[in-house]
Amino acid sequence: MSRIGKAEVEHVAGLAQLELDEAAKERLVHEMGDILAYMDQLNALDTTNVEPMMHALEMTNVFREDCVGESLPREEALRNAPNHDEEYFIVPKILEGGNA
Amino acid sequence: MTAPWCDKTGHEIREAVVRGDVTARVVTEAHLARIHALDGKIDAYTQIWEEYALAMADRVDEKRRSGATLGILAGVPISLKELMCTKQGETTCASKMLAGYRSPFDGTMVQRLAAADAVFLGKVNMDEFAMGSSTENSAIKTTKNPWDLGCVPGGSSGGSAAAVAADLCSMSMGSDTGGSIRQPAALCGCVGIKPTYGRVSRFGLVAFASSLDQIGPLTKDVRDAALCLNAICGRDPMDATSVDLAVPDFTAALTGNVKGLRIGLPKEYFTDALGAEVREKVMAAIEVLRGLGAETVEVSLPHCDYAIAAYYIICTAEASANLARFDGVRYGFRHPDAKDMRGMYVMSKSAGFGPEVRRRILLGTYVLSSGYYDAYYLKAQKVRRLIKQDFDEAFEKCDVVLGPTTPSPAFRFGEKTADPLEMYLSDIYTISVNLATLPGLSLPCGLSSSGLPIGMQLIAKPFAEETLLRTAHAYEQNRGFDMGKPPIA
Amino acid sequence: MEYEAVIGMEVHVEINSKSKVFCACGTDFHAPPNTNVCPVCLGMPGTLPVLNVDMVNKSVAAGLALGCTISRWSKMDRKNYFYPDLAKNYQISQYDLPLCHGGYMDIEVNGVEKRIGITRAHIEEDTARNTHTIGGGQSGVDFNRCGMPLLEIVTEPDIHSADEAYAYLTLLKQTLQYLEVSDCNMEEGSLRAEANISVRPKGTTALGSKTEVKNVASFSGVHKAIDFEIKRQINVIREGGAVLQETRGWDADRGVTFSQRQKESAHDYRYFPEPDLTPIVVDEAWEQRIRESLPELPQARCKRFQTTYGLSPYDAGVLTAGRPMADYYESVITAGADPKKAANWIMVDLQALLTDAKQEITDCKVAPEHIAELLTLIGDGAISGKMAKDILRDIFETGKTPKAVVEEKGLVQISDTGAVEAIVRQVAEGHPAQVEQYKGGNEKVLGFLMGQVMRASQGKANPKLAEDLLRKLLNG
Repeated sequence: MSRIGKAEVEHVAGLAQLELDEAAKERLVHEMGDILAYMDQLNALDTTNVEPMMHALEMTNVFREDCVGESLPREEALRNAPNHDEEYFIVPKILEGGNA
Repeated sequence: MTAPWCDKTGHEIREAVVRGDVTARVVTEAHLARIHALDGKIDAYTQIWEEYALAMADRVDEKRRSGATLGILAGVPISLKELMCTKQGETTCASKMLAGYRSPFDGTMVQRLAAADAVFLGKVNMDEFAMGSSTENSAIKTTKNPWDLGCVPGGSSGGSAAAVAADLCSMSMGSDTGGSIRQPAALCGCVGIKPTYGRVSRFGLVAFASSLDQIGPLTKDVRDAALCLNAICGRDPMDATSVDLAVPDFTAALTGNVKGLRIGLPKEYFTDALGAEVREKVMAAIEVLRGLGAETVEVSLPHCDYAIAAYYIICTAEASANLARFDGVRYGFRHPDAKDMRGMYVMSKSAGFGPEVRRRILLGTYVLSSGYYDAYYLKAQKVRRLIKQDFDEAFEKCDVVLGPTTPSPAFRFGEKTADPLEMYLSDIYTISVNLATLPGLSLPCGLSSSGLPIGMQLIAKPFAEETLLRTAHAYEQNRGFDMGKPPIA
Repeated sequence: MEYEAVIGMEVHVEINSKSKVFCACGTDFHAPPNTNVCPVCLGMPGTLPVLNVDMVNKSVAAGLALGCTISRWSKMDRKNYFYPDLAKNYQISQYDLPLCHGGYMDIEVNGVEKRIGITRAHIEEDTARNTHTIGGGQSGVDFNRCGMPLLEIVTEPDIHSADEAYAYLTLLKQTLQYLEVSDCNMEEGSLRAEANISVRPKGTTALGSKTEVKNVASFSGVHKAIDFEIKRQINVIREGGAVLQETRGWDADRGVTFSQRQKESAHDYRYFPEPDLTPIVVDEAWEQRIRESLPELPQARCKRFQTTYGLSPYDAGVLTAGRPMADYYESVITAGADPKKAANWIMVDLQALLTDAKQEITDCKVAPEHIAELLTLIGDGAISGKMAKDILRDIFETGKTPKAVVEEKGLVQISDTGAVEAIVRQVAEGHPAQVEQYKGGNEKVLGFLMGQVMRASQGKANPKLAEDLLRKLLNG
């Protein structure tokens, strides 16, 4: 019995915007299941009073001053886009209100 | 094949260029010739910047002729891992997703090396988006270990390690998230250092796991590592996690003196999981250091068994967000058959990323998803704190921690690709260093019976790179044997 | 059954920093598409965000003005979702530890004061703008707006009517404008309001399922949309239906809300701490520095205008609606003008000129000292009120001083009794019939005769003096 099932793999793939064929799903059920089971060993540790290490460094308040610098020339900005015109990045039609 | 200049270290080349014994052009031409002759066997390079390299070299020579002071890496031929952003050439991360991608800027490290008068030969191979330990996950090519073409060079900076080992460059810039500099350095017989998190700007390093990634050099000797750090370390206003701390002259730490140095040996590193040959070589190295006046003390890192689990939760979580931007809108691969928005995302990502990258994105998405965050991500952050505290306590008893870099020498192609978890376990000694944000250095300490390099790892307190370099250098100068060169050509 | 609406507002305000929140690109709204962009705000590989300190300062100022507690320690988080207007496919925002929390605003609706709780105000980055004008079933994306500094301000569900929502938005906008942290221009999208609306039987406490109304272009639109949505939800329930949890848009032309997107399932944003940014620590000293720099806020200033200058609540409200106008008014007072007269002249005459010219007070050529000078001239009897209006129009256009205009046009009032009396006599002699009518008891004809006096004097006769002399003559 794997740690996760096909439905969970599909759900996570949906969140990550990935599509998987049936064989890949089957494989991932086992691979992810093994890895997650391995990860579950952390549960053996009592971490009740441990502060999570949310940042790698102890530093705080690293800011930049509010100064305007150089932007990219538009053609530079657009150069790597798979589809663009002279002004815009072009994507398949965006439906109104799809924003989260 | 004779390889004039190619077998030289960076500091040797720099001194020769400064003295006028050789021009940067001659050194660069020699390396380019060797790449053309040999890299067909190694497959370390993904891009060779012939004209660009020669133009850089000519600028160095011109600078010398004009009497200007030469930079600390004058004429030193360097290769760059495929995930270092450069205006020159492409920045592909060895992924189909970024095939043809041209970065509009040079990363901070690249700018600093150029300012130090280094010469860039081109880019070298890696595991796709730095995810892997063998460079087998590259979408571009398979890089071989120069010591045995049937073995992996390690990863993810496998191209860097192979190129340095095969004298296809003087040094190479890698990145290390869980061992990606130190492990390939160990497997290819190079020196590799991962500086303290925050020492080197990450601006221009394509992110894998932002709280763990760090840039560092793979070099032929310890002095080159120190020299390179002199050039690349220091605060960068473009990276909020780069630390505002004075950068010492790291070469000044290479005193050869380790008298009274307290070397901590973690009992958890010297267990049955450690291969006998590796153990033997590492123990011999400890004896060398003892002979130089260093003391050894047993230390304990009680949570190190949990490091891999915590690491793979944190790094996949961060990666799942970092790699979300590759969607085919502003750059990168867009599937030609995509008709609508969701199709564009799903088809482009699914076809653009290789299996290991997809697997890690899925894992990272899972551990962050609703209902699992506390059990995985938050838990891992707590365990990360415990692992850091282990080291803090160890460093109360010692100045430097010493152990193996890898459990075994280079493995063969395909040996670990079937089981991702087994591949992950090959990083057992390196990843806790990233979790604890510490500096770590791998250097060669012998050859296995089958002629494969073995590396040992030194770990120091945050920002104590000087201690690492001093220890490594003292050993290197006194180890009493020559590592030799890989048996190629 | 009676129903009541329960409304919470989410307002996004673009903070007016010179550069974006995480990079050095400019923030000009009018820049051509994709010209205020750089590798950082385009989310190009290898780039990192660095937080603009101006955003922190202005957000703290806003938080303090909204009565919030400023977090001593807060952090940025990544909010993960896929959308083409999001360069990294995650938005850098704040999740569980916002910079400001637990505040309130006291609004007034129909003379009744009411407190609206502010749940939180947090820092985030704005998204790009999608255009739907590109042909062939495609959209264009302009990343100029992506990475603009955005403050999200969320209320408690304390609002129960469209009027209250309107009053809240008005006061919020007024406050932020006073702080000069945002221009709050809804047309340019620098203030965007969303309302979460549900209804429930009066007297009950459980919340009904809510709809989110967004993309409304004006405060009056928000008012109408909320009104409509409350009625719609009540109707749905009365007809035995259930309100669907969904996002609804506002069709201003038809005056209706319409379904935009139904939530299949709750979003899973997979928030986690942003590893590229350090935590934000606002210590007491920093907070105090900002607190001391806060201007007097609109409600306090309105009250002071009433007590100090004796203005009516209405007049004080009009003059303190915007900080520039309130500042202007007080400059006029400082220049020595009578507070009530100054209020009238500014609110009536100057405002009419501004409205006609479509100008803001900040563009106005009439210096506050000149209004004071004008009032002095009237007070001294040097010019009449009628003349003053003409002079004001002149200086509004030219920027000259009132005295210069008076001299230039010879607009000096004739207050010499002898000279005015001569004109009065001349008019009386010229209009015997009207004089007779007046003497016969027709008081109204006095107005006509006064008009003739003013006409004969080309408007320069001191009206008060002229009327006195005319009455004296006619009654004598």
